[in-house]
Amino acid sequence: MRLLAQTAPTQPIDVPAIDYGAIAPLLIVLGAACAAVLVEAFLPRHQRWPVQVGLSVAALGLAGLSLGLYAGSAGAAGITTLADAIAVDRPTLFLWGTLIALTLGSVLLIADRSVEPGGAFVAALPARAMIGGRPVELPPERGYGSPEQAPTMQTEVFPFTLFALGGMMTFCAANDLLTMFVALEVLSLPLYLMCGLARRRRLLSQEAAVKYFLLGAFASAFFLYGLALLYGYAGSVKLADIATAAAGSTRTDALLLGGLALLVVGLMFKASVGPFHTWTPDVYQGAPTPVTAFMAACTKVAAFGGILRVLYVAFGDSRWEWRGVLWAIAIVSMVIGSVVGLTQTDVKRMVAYSSVAHAGFLLLGAMSITEAGTSGTLFYLLAYGFTTIAVFGVISLVRDAGGDATHLSQWAGLAKRSPVVAGVMTFLLLALAGIPLTSGFTAKFAVFAAALDDGMAPLVIVALVTSAIAAFFYLRVIVLMYFSEPAEDGPTVVVPGAFTTAAITLGVLITLLLGIAPSLALGWAAGGGFVS
Amino acid sequence: MLLLILLLLPLAGALALYPLRHNVALAKQTAMGFALAEFVLVVVVWFAYSVPAAEAGTRFQLEFAVDWIPAFGTRFALGIDGVALVLLAMTAFLVPGLLLFSWNEDLPEGRTHSGYFALLLATEATLMGVFTATDVFLFYVFFEAMLIPMYFLIGRFGGPRRQYAAVKFFLYSLFGGLIMLASLIGLFVVSRDQLGAGTFSWADLQRAAANVPESTQIWLFLGFFVAFAIKAPLVPFHTWLPDAGAEAPVGAGVVLVGVLDKVGTFGFLRYCLPLFPLASQRLAPLVLTLAVIGILYGALLAVGQSDMKRFVSYTSIAHFGFIAVGIFSFSSQALAGSSLYMVNHGLSTGMLFVMVGLLVVRGGSRLVEDYGGVAKIAPLLAGCLLLAGLSSLALPGTNSFVSEFLVLVGSYPREPVYTVLATVGIVFAALYVLWFYQRTMQGPLRGAAVLGALERAVPAAAAAGRSASAGGPGSMLDPGIAARRDSSGFPDLSRREIAVLTPLIIGIMVLGFVPGPVLDVINPSVVATMNEVGLADPVGGTAR
Repeated sequence: MRLLAQTAPTQPIDVPAIDYGAIAPLLIVLGAACAAVLVEAFLPRHQRWPVQVGLSVAALGLAGLSLGLYAGSAGAAGITTLADAIAVDRPTLFLWGTLIALTLGSVLLIADRSVEPGGAFVAALPARAMIGGRPVELPPERGYGSPEQAPTMQTEVFPFTLFALGGMMTFCAANDLLTMFVALEVLSLPLYLMCGLARRRRLLSQEAAVKYFLLGAFASAFFLYGLALLYGYAGSVKLADIATAAAGSTRTDALLLGGLALLVVGLMFKASVGPFHTWTPDVYQGAPTPVTAFMAACTKVAAFGGILRVLYVAFGDSRWEWRGVLWAIAIVSMVIGSVVGLTQTDVKRMVAYSSVAHAGFLLLGAMSITEAGTSGTLFYLLAYGFTTIAVFGVISLVRDAGGDATHLSQWAGLAKRSPVVAGVMTFLLLALAGIPLTSGFTAKFAVFAAALDDGMAPLVIVALVTSAIAAFFYLRVIVLMYFSEPAEDGPTVVVPGAFTTAAITLGVLITLLLGIAPSLALGWAAGGGFVS
Repeated sequence: MLLLILLLLPLAGALALYPLRHNVALAKQTAMGFALAEFVLVVVVWFAYSVPAAEAGTRFQLEFAVDWIPAFGTRFALGIDGVALVLLAMTAFLVPGLLLFSWNEDLPEGRTHSGYFALLLATEATLMGVFTATDVFLFYVFFEAMLIPMYFLIGRFGGPRRQYAAVKFFLYSLFGGLIMLASLIGLFVVSRDQLGAGTFSWADLQRAAANVPESTQIWLFLGFFVAFAIKAPLVPFHTWLPDAGAEAPVGAGVVLVGVLDKVGTFGFLRYCLPLFPLASQRLAPLVLTLAVIGILYGALLAVGQSDMKRFVSYTSIAHFGFIAVGIFSFSSQALAGSSLYMVNHGLSTGMLFVMVGLLVVRGGSRLVEDYGGVAKIAPLLAGCLLLAGLSSLALPGTNSFVSEFLVLVGSYPREPVYTVLATVGIVFAALYVLWFYQRTMQGPLRGAAVLGALERAVPAAAAAGRSASAGGPGSMLDPGIAARRDSSGFPDLSRREIAVLTPLIIGIMVLGFVPGPVLDVINPSVVATMNEVGLADPVGGTAR
């Protein structure tokens, strides 16, 4: 063996320096994801749930801790590591922190077994299958628990969540397009699967998964085409090299702009910016509500983290050439989100369209290539993420015999049955509408101020008008909950267990805190710029 | 610090009612306790406010400021000038009376008084915030936050079409607020260009205002103006008020029409004029036109209303026109008149609204045609209604006369045409008030609501036996009417109702004969505003 090694051509391979301290959170999350797969393979079924929950929460806590330690010791400048593939700078740290905290909230929702008895996830159809129109006796389902226990849920969802989180964290730290693409796939594949796991309304859930997968695959392909074109233009996939090439090149811009356009399509798809939003309502509606919460909050954070970095680092100097197109996209997104949202009759679809409108607002901040734009967008992501998690937490509580009661008419008179749930929902909806003293207002102000300062006054006006339109459909839910009489056979409000209560409380508290005293978070968001 | 307590006290009261929500009696007393404490506190603030200091040029007094969001250049800064002080006083003066009025009011099914009173106190807290904020961002926060308790007051406790009215109110106001937000952000950006660092401090922005180019000022002005014009409301933006006013429960309606709408005119005076002086002068003709249209249009529609609450709302639209004329004709007399008008309108329209509420409680109908000849069976009620009406039409001796006169006298030198047109509104005012009084109070007993109430009471009266207290031979009263009066189907004012009305009546009369102390408080601030606009007084001398 030694001989063989000696005779081989001795071309030295540089082992890239790795700053383990900087990427420790990422390593912890991905390591825990692998461990969770092993747990799934080797532990008996009835032991999996407690171990998986413990493992996930512990991993998130550890990752948060190491992130905090590193952020406390690191300078404001930021570093790149792993041969410049990963950039750990202040925006990265902020996004990682946001993602870890949001995932913690989502994991609490996912782990809950009190709202839906046994948890919201199954992999196989329950024993009610029909063959040829006649019910067929199937062998009794193997319960997920020891024989005397109530059946528990499918626990693959925990490693999926951790893998998706690892992908998201890599995605918004990726400093070259290839890493970004790999991260995109790592975050997307678990999400496709998670969408199809709903215990109730299986068909809807599976349709959502297929739709998400097909459209997501298209978007990935667009991203990859864009990557190829940009490589052809700049001769490198590194963001910094693309920026250099764009600044000092006499070549035709066709490759650059074509590549950027395709890249942007892929990114906008993930961020559910209109007109690339068409999957959003169906997937939000079909996926199990805890997964919707995770997807809505964390995917948006990761996608906009990636968009910010790509636009700022790689295309910041050529912004005058692409900004017009993004103007149009932002306007389309805001208008579609708020106007089509008006016609929705399903709460989850309504929040989905609201997220499309919010994506338009976020794009305003991401487009202004200034420090204020970056920090405003980061803050907006934090605020929006927590509000969204809490909103879906509340939605999961309102149930009838068929699962979540998401039709708007079923929410009538909710305040009478459950004043606390209605009050919390009202507060969250007001936050989504951007009423002062909630995080939604502070975030909107930060983003709109940055956009106005960067010469986008018409866009800000459009954003404010669409905010007013969107307020109408948030208000409609409040009207239904408070001013209408409850229906006789209306849904019940489940008393949530500790996990869901904790997740909703976390979301509400942060929504309130960021509305009243946002200085600390604003300071973190403005801690430093991108490194390349 | 005093102002901070002023702001937090009603809020604490609103929160304190939550644990008491099942014990309605105790909750009502607690709410009343907080409202009275707030009034006492306002009296303390009144005496702590120094008029000589204001005359010497101190713009704001009793200031309190802590850093809030440094990244946005905004501070939690409170302070009052004379105009804010009198509006604070009016608010705190009205709220205890409204709680007392609503003490036994019938609420929609399933609603309790504790929720109602908590929302009223919460509204009062946000109003305190709006009037005391000296940071524009903070003002905006309160301006928007104000919507939420009022929205629930209308939507949960209002009349049959309350949902529609509440949503219309909320959306109109929110739309105005968002337009204002655009200007607010613009102001922030402009201030950064002018001062180096972005700020929302009213004083700093005012100092920088003179250097901002007129075109920029006009855009920013329009944003603020639309929000305030919706709130005030001026004519093309007014359609939410009659609905909201008609459907709101009486207590909330008085706060809405009497105080909340003043935020719009207060905003003109505090924000539009000093922060955008050039734009204010350039666009004054536009505002004056809208205001005069409002005076005439509001008065005409008031004449034609068949719903009594809508009637009061339309009279208010006419009055807001007068206030706006005073503010945008740039003389210290007119400004002082407008400021005083805001207080007076709160009192007289508040009382008118309460009187209409008393009628509705008795008759169960809001329609004018359902009432007639009420003076025969409830003379005290009729007298109070007449007083409220006369105050509303600005009869000399009542409070509104002083302010209306000041507005017209002060406006004439600079804007003779608009002033003369506005004067026509006074004639309409006499028409709508007196005709309303005649239709509901005078003549023979008639109208479905009155007769129905009397019919319902007949069996009860028969069971109790014929009362011997009044009527019969030797009395001036028709025996039939006397019997009906005593049978209490349509009773005269109760002691609780008299207790509600007495402070209002005293306020109306006192301000009618001795407006001096209030004008003394207002004048220095108004002079300061004139300086900030940068125009000389057309006649000289302040209102006294």
